[in-house]
Amino acid sequence: MATNVYLPEPMRIVRRFNLISDVRFFQVRPLAMDRALSLDYLPGQFMIVSLPGIGEAPFSISSTPSRPGLIEFGIRNVGVLTEQLFKLKENEIIGVRGPYGNGFPISKFEKKDLIIVVGGLGAVPLRSLLLYTLDNRDRFGKIYFLYGARRPNEMLFLNEFLELKGRDDLNCLLSVDKDDTGKWTENVGVVTTLFKHLKGINPNNTYATVCGPPVMYKFVIDELLKLGIPKHQILMTLERRMHCGVGKCGHCVIGSIYTCMDGPVFSHWDVLHMKDLI
Amino acid sequence: MKVLKLQKRNLNSYLESLRVFGEIYGPVRKDEKYIYGQLDDLDKLDLRMLRTILPVKKFLVPPKFNTFSFEGYTYKPELEKIPRRVIFGVHPCEIHGLLILDKFFLERFPDPYYQERRKNTAILGLSCVPDEKCFAKSTGTHFVESGFDLAFNELQDFYLVWVGSSLGDDLVRLRLDLFEEDIKERDLHEYMKWRSWRDSQYKLKLDMTGMPDIMELNYNSPIWKKFGDKDLSCGACSMVCPTCPCYNVRDQLKPVGNSGERQRHWDSCMFKPFAVVAGGHNFRENRAERVKLWYTHKLKAFITEFGKPACVGCGRCIDTCPVDINIKTVVTALKGV
Ligand SMILES: Cc1cc2nc3c(=O)[nH]c(=O)nc-3n(C[C@H](O)[C@H](O)[C@H](O)COP(=O)(O)OP(=O)(O)OC[C@H]3O[C@@H](n4cnc5c(N)ncnc54)[C@H](O)[C@@H]3O)c2cc1C
Ligand code: SF4
Ligand code: SF4
Ligand code: FES
Repeated sequence: MATNVYLPEPMRIVRRFNLISDVRFFQVRPLAMDRALSLDYLPGQFMIVSLPGIGEAPFSISSTPSRPGLIEFGIRNVGVLTEQLFKLKENEIIGVRGPYGNGFPISKFEKKDLIIVVGGLGAVPLRSLLLYTLDNRDRFGKIYFLYGARRPNEMLFLNEFLELKGRDDLNCLLSVDKDDTGKWTENVGVVTTLFKHLKGINPNNTYATVCGPPVMYKFVIDELLKLGIPKHQILMTLERRMHCGVGKCGHCVIGSIYTCMDGPVFSHWDVLHMKDLI
Repeated sequence: MKVLKLQKRNLNSYLESLRVFGEIYGPVRKDEKYIYGQLDDLDKLDLRMLRTILPVKKFLVPPKFNTFSFEGYTYKPELEKIPRRVIFGVHPCEIHGLLILDKFFLERFPDPYYQERRKNTAILGLSCVPDEKCFAKSTGTHFVESGFDLAFNELQDFYLVWVGSSLGDDLVRLRLDLFEEDIKERDLHEYMKWRSWRDSQYKLKLDMTGMPDIMELNYNSPIWKKFGDKDLSCGACSMVCPTCPCYNVRDQLKPVGNSGERQRHWDSCMFKPFAVVAGGHNFRENRAERVKLWYTHKLKAFITEFGKPACVGCGRCIDTCPVDINIKTVVTALKGV
């Protein structure tokens, strides 16, 4: 019989540490090495984490399939399941199933310039895309990475991104709404204030990807449209309540679509066309 | 497809023989209404039934069941305890409901629980005569060509029995002596006469062509608020609808140790918390939005994806909703007639 799509696969926590005060990085690995190496996915896909007796919840994959062996998540402690997850230590086992969702249409990005715009926790899925494109650098055009957080101590993967600033094949722009440390060397202002650094964009040859808190979308999309980027080349990942991840439980339905299967990546055109998405 | 004849007086003897396959269920009376009940005694079978409270979906997707038992992080699918059953008396619209559930549960990402129950449940269809709440003729679901194992068409003294699957064929062979193989010309005439008489009995007509476009035009219509204001968010419409499949998942720990069960139970998009995410944001906070989603899914999403509505014209929502929000009142309001 075919494998049970709802069966959680045991994975071992290899490493965990706090990215910021309430968001923790989890690196996990399937118990069997061959499975760990063959587990393939796309940036933008998610997996469902399972704790026996507690339940299940969806989390975006933050690692890149170009570095097989370990799956990474960035998880905010917000409720029942995530709180239990935060109690687990290295070498403990969690259940994971997936990957699910459409993910980013990577093949369409080939040879195109890419603007990645991130707010807050949106860094989790878009880090996957960023690392993937850097690992396959020759397949893509210019890459801009714009990340805005409220304050320096709310920026995920801060050191990793600061290091990336040293690369000459990437334009990595970081911003905080407010610097309360006095040591911030990057831009201050909401993420859209970084758009002034985007020079000489060829809109038809550019894809943009956006992920962040709901309030961010409108402002960022307005900026991207001002640059002339076509609506179907502006992509965003959306969040809905999800239980199954495979189009069955109905919780993620928006109008005519299942966010878990048809999404979570949608284009701005989808959003205008299908209504209710954001 | 093979067609046989079974004299009415032989029905119970035949059904009795099916116990070797599994437990037998069929329409039985419960107060003013009917349900699909277990027939340990075939005399309880009541063929006057037109619609049961819950549809046959309750056997394929039970209101509550365990998907896994777990011990520590080891999960074991609960597929072994699924009983074999024969459901007799399933009307054509309900069989169409199963065909919709089949698409839903068996195509992309096949659901092993549905798959196993479908395999273990013999569906024995039965013809029906509509009342004023049935409109299966409008939805094209008043006859069946597939989705069943046997389909009984009631005529004056006998049933014409269509054999719809290899399991159906096995079931017929259990008492082949009770069936007649040669269908006479006058049987055919009787059947054709019955067909057109029955067609004429559909009093309720609900034309659903063009519904996706009509839904789109009504996106901002005040009718949603009107219905929303009345709605009680009781979810009864979802429970009784043969094509509503939504569910929730809950883990249950045993009092001691670290073992327990993962349960799946019916849910409804009409319940307020259905679309709540962590942090408390509700994507469909008000009732009007939820009513709109229910009908968008039936009348737009499904037609766009499968070419027909996820409504089989059974009339259960018409029979059930305490405040008259149903497919008839909604379609009528949408069309502004
Ligand atoms: C595609 C996708 C990707 C996500 N990626 C991330 C990520 O990378 N990092 C991160 O921190 N969070 C992410 N989330 C959000 C994460 O799923 C929720 O924070 C998580 O479900 C909260 O679970 P909880 O039990 O701790 O919260 P609680 O608030 O205690 O949840 C209570 C109950 O509400 C339900 N619930 C609440 N929110 C959701 C939800 N979104 N989906 C399903 N059920 C829900 C569950 O039944 C849960 O048991 C993502 C969500 C989606 C849909
Ligand atoms: S919408 Fe109403 S009439 Fe149509 S299948 Fe569901 S319950 Fe029956
Ligand atoms: S539409 Fe009617 S049956 Fe459905 S939830 Fe509202 S009140 Fe209940
Ligand atoms: S998460 Fe269950 S249908 Fe999408």
